[in-house]
Amino acid sequence: MPLIELRNVVGGYGGAPILNGVNMAIEQSDIGVIVGPNGAGKSTTLKAIFGLLKVTGGTIEFAGKDVANSLPDALVPMGLSFVPQEKNVFTSMTVEENLEMGAFTRRDDFKGTMDWVYQMFPVLAEKRRQPAGELSGGQRQMVAMGRALMSKPKLLMLDEPSAGLSPRYVIEIFETIVRVNKEGVGILMVEQNARQALAFASRGFVLASGQNRFTGTGPELIADPEVAKSFLGG
Amino acid sequence: MMRRSLTLFAGLFVLILVIGWLMGLPFTSSRLVEAAAYSLIALGLNIQWGYGGLFNFGIMGFLMLGGFAVTFISYPVNPTFWGSDGPWMLGRALIAFVAGALLVIGARKSDRLGIRGGWKSFVTVLAWFVAYCIYRSQLDPAAAYIEANAGFVGGLGAHPVLGWLFGGVLAAVIAFIVGKIALGLRTDYLAIATIGISEIIRALIKNMDWLTRGTLTVSPIPWPTPLPQDYQASGSDMVSSLLLARGGFLLLAVAVLALAIWLISRAYAGPWGRMMRAIRDNHIASASMGKNVTARQLEIFVFGSVLMGIGGAMLVSFTQIFDPSSYQPINHTFLIWVMIIVGGAGNNWGAVFGAVLIWLVWVVSEPLAKFIFEFVSTWSTNIGWGAIPEIESRSAQMRVFVLGLVITIALRFAPKGLIPEVVRRDA
Amino acid sequence: MTELVFFINQVVIAGAVLGCIYALGAVGITLIFGILRFAHFAHSELMTSGAFFAFLLAALFASWGVVTPIPLGFVVLPIAMVMSAIFALGIDKGFYAPLRRRGAKPVILLIASIGVTLMAQGLIRLFFGAGSWSFFETESKEIFRIDTSFIGSTRPLVITEPQLLMIVVTIISVLALHFFLTRSRLGKAMRAMADNADLAQVSGINTALVVRVTWIVAGALACMAGTMLALDVTLKPDLAFNIIIPIFAAAIVGGLGQAYGAIAGGLLIGFAESLAVFNWTMVLRPLNAILPDWMQLPATLALVPTEYKLTVAFVILVVVLLVRPTGIFKGASS
Repeated sequence: MPLIELRNVVGGYGGAPILNGVNMAIEQSDIGVIVGPNGAGKSTTLKAIFGLLKVTGGTIEFAGKDVANSLPDALVPMGLSFVPQEKNVFTSMTVEENLEMGAFTRRDDFKGTMDWVYQMFPVLAEKRRQPAGELSGGQRQMVAMGRALMSKPKLLMLDEPSAGLSPRYVIEIFETIVRVNKEGVGILMVEQNARQALAFASRGFVLASGQNRFTGTGPELIADPEVAKSFLGG
Repeated sequence: MMRRSLTLFAGLFVLILVIGWLMGLPFTSSRLVEAAAYSLIALGLNIQWGYGGLFNFGIMGFLMLGGFAVTFISYPVNPTFWGSDGPWMLGRALIAFVAGALLVIGARKSDRLGIRGGWKSFVTVLAWFVAYCIYRSQLDPAAAYIEANAGFVGGLGAHPVLGWLFGGVLAAVIAFIVGKIALGLRTDYLAIATIGISEIIRALIKNMDWLTRGTLTVSPIPWPTPLPQDYQASGSDMVSSLLLARGGFLLLAVAVLALAIWLISRAYAGPWGRMMRAIRDNHIASASMGKNVTARQLEIFVFGSVLMGIGGAMLVSFTQIFDPSSYQPINHTFLIWVMIIVGGAGNNWGAVFGAVLIWLVWVVSEPLAKFIFEFVSTWSTNIGWGAIPEIESRSAQMRVFVLGLVITIALRFAPKGLIPEVVRRDA
Repeated sequence: MTELVFFINQVVIAGAVLGCIYALGAVGITLIFGILRFAHFAHSELMTSGAFFAFLLAALFASWGVVTPIPLGFVVLPIAMVMSAIFALGIDKGFYAPLRRRGAKPVILLIASIGVTLMAQGLIRLFFGAGSWSFFETESKEIFRIDTSFIGSTRPLVITEPQLLMIVVTIISVLALHFFLTRSRLGKAMRAMADNADLAQVSGINTALVVRVTWIVAGALACMAGTMLALDVTLKPDLAFNIIIPIFAAAIVGGLGQAYGAIAGGLLIGFAESLAVFNWTMVLRPLNAILPDWMQLPATLALVPTEYKLTVAFVILVVVLLVRPTGIFKGASS
């Protein structure tokens, strides 16, 4: 049984639905990448899973339970985490406080998790007492990911983690994501840098008009001439 | 929609008849004149909030300005003042004020002399301080002299309607200044800023005894229409002369109100109104369309305040007394807001409906509460629990509670008001 | 030295007392603004009703014959604060939460808070009448007169017991608030939500819980401020209604959403008010001896006449909004 499974999900912000039947299945060992044109419903899919908009049809199953329309404070303890694309750090709080906020739902001792995050992002350990607002774009992205990892998720969802970063940082972020996945955290991310991201994706989904068009492993999708022509810019 | 409005107005008419039957015609006629003035004020707020989305919580200040204006214009001339050194001393204070203003303006332009940054701020603050000292040094002795020798400056003895107009003008001038200062602020800051400004206006009018007699109050202020005494002098009996006089005042007030509604509806149906709606509903888009949002908002703020000034002047004319300490934010700012929220922001008829309805509820809830309290008191006395103490003052407070209850219920169950805005489809 | 002591009595002590009250009120307003994004006008009613809770409790204790070394008002304060916190929660549940659920704009919540203000004003007067009440009907208000002749002053330093306790209690609660916001899990969650409410929700922070905690803290602090104000002067129905705008001024001067800014803003406005009406002639009088006759100081030489004392806060408010709308500390204005 997959870790998360979406079947024919329909949803939107009230009014006309943005998602018109999305299907997806991801294992904890997977890196899932959602690509597609603007307005295809990529970020909306992540938000629908995370209860940030209304799901009006279909089912979302996470770890064997129906979680459609559950709110984040119920989903986070179940092992689901989300890194939004923008404004994803608490700018007035220190790096360490940002991480603590990620562990808000945990009542056990999270010291070990914090050490694990610092190990993964050594630069954050150096800046733990600095307000997150003073960090560079790439470092903020690390804080955001670190915050999301503090709840020890089974599945980490990222909305365009490479947006606005310089090419050097894009590679670094992707490498980090692969490393996180190796530590046993499933990944589901939306990416604009489609080709680069699909290259390491074990599951790739091409979305258009709120529906799946193509599904397969990343390399398969890159190799598919039709996908390449319509969605990856030739 | 139309049917709903007509039904509501018919209901209001019945309510007026019931009140007239229960409370008597003299009471009801007075309340109706006041309701007409409050309708004008509510229309002013409707322009600002309903049309423009501007948050004015300083209505009380504009009403006071109107009240002061009509007092100053229509109250009889005070010969003692004009025969004394007062005018001359006030003239000197005016010169000091102008000199101070020039000093401040000069300091703000001091960067032309090469004074910049922190030094410029310092020079500006210093200029404000010096200007303030110069002004006070001339005004304080003038004020003390006038208060000691002439009481206060008195009025000009002109027709009250001129006073109403002056109330509008004065409110416009102040609104222009306030708008220039505050309209750039986001809504809640604007709300608090306007409250602050109206409190400053209240403090000034209340304490400038030489100009307004402050807490000593000014009365009797003349009416624009014949007074009941005039009718009595020409042979009418007491009740009918009272009704005739109030009827005359009511006619004039309703005429002003009708004129205001006609002008506003015409303007709002035209291109000006279309622009206003565009600005209110989408700030940023209309700014990018090249419409000068701030200038339009300033217009709206000034227009709305003019109506408030005139309405405030009418109220003072009618009650014949200008008492600065009777002005309270609850009675003169929040009450108007309740009228608009209940009536329907963005709809002139809603504003008028809300104004009349809420004014009647406001004035009736006191006697009604008193009646209920007395009823309960008799009952509790009969069963041996004793009477309710201080029924009079307690019932006076009930209306504040009723007002709060009405506003919360309206927000909860009819957030668009009883006669909501008619959404136009602009092609 | 007499002049210095006079200055301390008139400006430093009076300003500190006023500043403490403003600060405690402004902290609540600023926290609510940070979390719920609306200007909570009815905060004055939390203060006034809190003072009445304390008053009733003190009267109850006195009727039981309880005698304490410090004024009863301070002894019952913790209980009254709990009551106020519950009251604040009730107001939120009854009036603001339904509007929030509907997705009403902050402006609508502001208007709703005016409605709450009116209802509370009406109810308080309904039960307690329009007159004023004193905490010191049965016990006496102790006044400390500290002899300052050792520094050559003919005047004593005067401070009343409630004033002294008030300053101490304010310092303690500000410290407690500081530790709450920087050390505790919920306090940090409050800061997180004020910083970025969407991200706080995404992080799994129980935002409904944070909202409740905010009302509890704001209600308790409002009760403290109201009670102390009533202990310093008298208890009346419009106790806090009259000073709500200076309190807003304090919160705005400090930058809405900034707890520390609100405290600084409160003290600033408190001192500014007492300094503005201070009669400088009292301090500068010795100069009359060396000044020529035509330059003798007038009997009163104050920046503004006493009747304009409250206006000082409004002027500071307007000037700050004009020059630096985000407050003297960086505030959440967007």
